[in-house]
Amino acid sequence: MVERLPADSVGLVRTQTVRLFTAEEPLHLELGGTLGPIDVAYETYGSLSPAADNAVFICHALTGDAHAAGFHEGAKRPGWWDNLIGPGKPLDTNRFFVISANLIGGCQGSTGPSSINPATDAAYGLDFPLLMMRDLVAVHRALVKHLGITRLLAALGGSLGGMQVLQWALDHPDEIANALVIAASSRLTAQNIGFSAVARRAIMTDRNFAEGDYAAAGVNPDTGLAIARMMAHITYLSEDALTEKFGRQPHPNRHHPGFGIDFAVESYLDHQGQAFLERFDALSYLYLTRVMDYFDPFADPDALTAVSADPVTWLVLSFATDWRFGTDHSRRIVRKLEQAGQPVTFREIPSTWGHDSFLLPVEPYHATLRAFFDRSLREVRA
Amino acid sequence: MTLRPDLALVAGLIPAGSRVLDLGCGSGELLASLMAQKRCRGTGVEIDPDSVLAAIAAGVPVIELDLDAELEEFANHSYDVVVLSRTVQTLHRPVDVLNHMGRIGDRLIVSVPNFGYWRHRLRLLRGRMPMSREIPHAWYDTPNLRHTTLVELEELFASLGLRIEQRIVLSPAGVPLRGGDRLYNVVGGSAVYVLHTNGG
Repeated sequence: MVERLPADSVGLVRTQTVRLFTAEEPLHLELGGTLGPIDVAYETYGSLSPAADNAVFICHALTGDAHAAGFHEGAKRPGWWDNLIGPGKPLDTNRFFVISANLIGGCQGSTGPSSINPATDAAYGLDFPLLMMRDLVAVHRALVKHLGITRLLAALGGSLGGMQVLQWALDHPDEIANALVIAASSRLTAQNIGFSAVARRAIMTDRNFAEGDYAAAGVNPDTGLAIARMMAHITYLSEDALTEKFGRQPHPNRHHPGFGIDFAVESYLDHQGQAFLERFDALSYLYLTRVMDYFDPFADPDALTAVSADPVTWLVLSFATDWRFGTDHSRRIVRKLEQAGQPVTFREIPSTWGHDSFLLPVEPYHATLRAFFDRSLREVRA
Repeated sequence: MTLRPDLALVAGLIPAGSRVLDLGCGSGELLASLMAQKRCRGTGVEIDPDSVLAAIAAGVPVIELDLDAELEEFANHSYDVVVLSRTVQTLHRPVDVLNHMGRIGDRLIVSVPNFGYWRHRLRLLRGRMPMSREIPHAWYDTPNLRHTTLVELEELFASLGLRIEQRIVLSPAGVPLRGGDRLYNVVGGSAVYVLHTNGG
């Protein structure tokens, strides 16, 4: 536990869980079929105003969770987006009510493929249905409704989070006044899908994957999942960032060349892979990467119909050194929205940290978010 | 908020309800006014980071990109009016930008300082580079890369198929001069042009 909480922290927080769909009233899925019960883990920060006009929904990326800000009891480290959310921060919790929920298909409190299937009393495994972006959004919408909010001031997300925001605002523009789509994509490239394919192959060919029933077998595909994370992590950082962090430094334990951990960067990636095993589930990795692979909202010829009739105010941001979902991905989103007459703002933020930049307190990035959020609140109250 | 006089003049040339693309929008003053006063919609384009931030704070949709190289992001005939306000003289590729403007919109508004203003000529005769209220920068720190007189700018418009619908010549104090002054290239400190593509 940190001795004293920083003044700009939201303080001690707890994750709550709510059942939003049941076996009797399940979620009807985009690809057909149903899923229920569905539990969702979420946290909130700040207070909902009497007019319920200050709610901001955070959509997390591939491996995020509900714990975006503040400290859990006994924790040394705050939530994953703590640099953004708190008193006086760009998402100022003295003024905004912030909601952060774990994705379905995930593994940190919301229903996912390693949850117990009540029909069998065993983990779903690969019997869990394939999810699409609209399914993730449908569950977010149910949570917002549960919280008594009819219209969000804003929805915000980076990477996979930005994709949820894009789908949500396109489909239900009446529910979101401002949509912030950061370091995201409207359509993965072959290279993007290729990286995900190798990650999935590493997991599924691990002997301990056991056809997805590893939980029942009492094992875990650690090797495959760690390799998936190591590779993904390379794509999250720019080449310059890795050079700046490690260069070609040898690992301190290197005595003569071999096939062990000879370079500092190898040790770093190894650590990333091992640490990931503590907090992430292999099946969730498969399901959520597939959601991204199939995401292509503008392929629908009616994609922009709803939002054209009821415009959303958009902020699209990319980072100059991001090669996972670089500026070309964001520009495509901007072109589609702008050509549909949407009020859209776009910036490419200079940053050396690659895709990971969206999680970091990069000054011009946070200044942009602050200006956008301040304006959105002013506007809704004008 | 009162609009800067040169921007107020431009705003007066834009029909209510138009969709406006403002190239080099600065902190978005013109668009903010058009959106608030004349039911316009629009997009600003700017590359200076502080100006982009100010435009965001003002609630103006703004796309950060390089006018000289990235205007292909905008579709053909996607705006009613395209504005280039006191910016053409700072461009690396003014011809490309004007061609893009004609492709993106049907009505163009271009304002420009006049390097042919008589005081500029006088300074040059005395062996010094032009400086004035319109061109306040010393030669070594000016953002202006292209030094054109009104007459030569109009020759360029003609060669690009841009028809001059209206020319408003301003005194160095920014006051519109009497129309039809044959000495406009001498007495004008700047000018605002309303242009149409030949098809439009």
